[in-house]
Amino acid sequence: MTIPVTVRIQREPFDAAAEAKMLTRGRTDVGAVVTFTGICRGSEGSEPIAALTLEHYPGMAEAEIERHVAEATSRWPLLGVTVIHRYGRIAPGEDIVLAVTASSHREAAFAAAEFLMDFLKTRAPFWKQVEAAGAKSWVEAKAADDTAAERWNAPGRDAAE
Amino acid sequence: MKLKIRYFAWVRERVGVPEEDVEVPASVRTVGELAAWLATRGEEYAHAFENPKVIRAAIDRTHVRPDAALGSASEIAFFPPMTGG
Repeated sequence: MTIPVTVRIQREPFDAAAEAKMLTRGRTDVGAVVTFTGICRGSEGSEPIAALTLEHYPGMAEAEIERHVAEATSRWPLLGVTVIHRYGRIAPGEDIVLAVTASSHREAAFAAAEFLMDFLKTRAPFWKQVEAAGAKSWVEAKAADDTAAERWNAPGRDAAE
Repeated sequence: MKLKIRYFAWVRERVGVPEEDVEVPASVRTVGELAAWLATRGEEYAHAFENPKVIRAAIDRTHVRPDAALGSASEIAFFPPMTGG
């Protein structure tokens, strides 16, 4: 069965509510929609930040997200998936990333949304730069994000491919 | 062998260019060997590739490990661990 899948990398803001609505409009088989929105915080630890700038690898970012969406749809009985990731300069309070998953029951929708976000953090080619106190610095990858992504891998499976 | 090499985030900043076409010696067979060879091309490259363990790579827009063969690749990318989402 082909389900509606949307993957977009864009500079512009997105409308999370409208994207979620698109997955349920005109159908009655969807019983659960999970919408995750990642938002730019105004501080990192105790340091206030002015903005984030996101760099990405055009072409690979879409391809890598599509691979993980395909993996999610093979693991869970999903009825629709939308992933939108922004790039460019993003101010505190603005949205960065959206993952919407639709299914007939909540378990699959919750699990797939979490799976997609764990892999977006560690495998999608995006890099965040923080602007704070007039200086720019690259955000360092967190070991906790790798651990979160690894828990989805079956034992013995190569985490890199 | 002529390859397009792309750099992202602080690897790009250190090298000084976002991408370049490079004539790579035939003796360079893997992604890890390519990174080591690039590191010999000048101070900027040495700085970018000074800690190979933190450099990630992709061949034709797919993640690969350092021992991946270049084979018939046309585009190789080097970048730090990803921090999206």
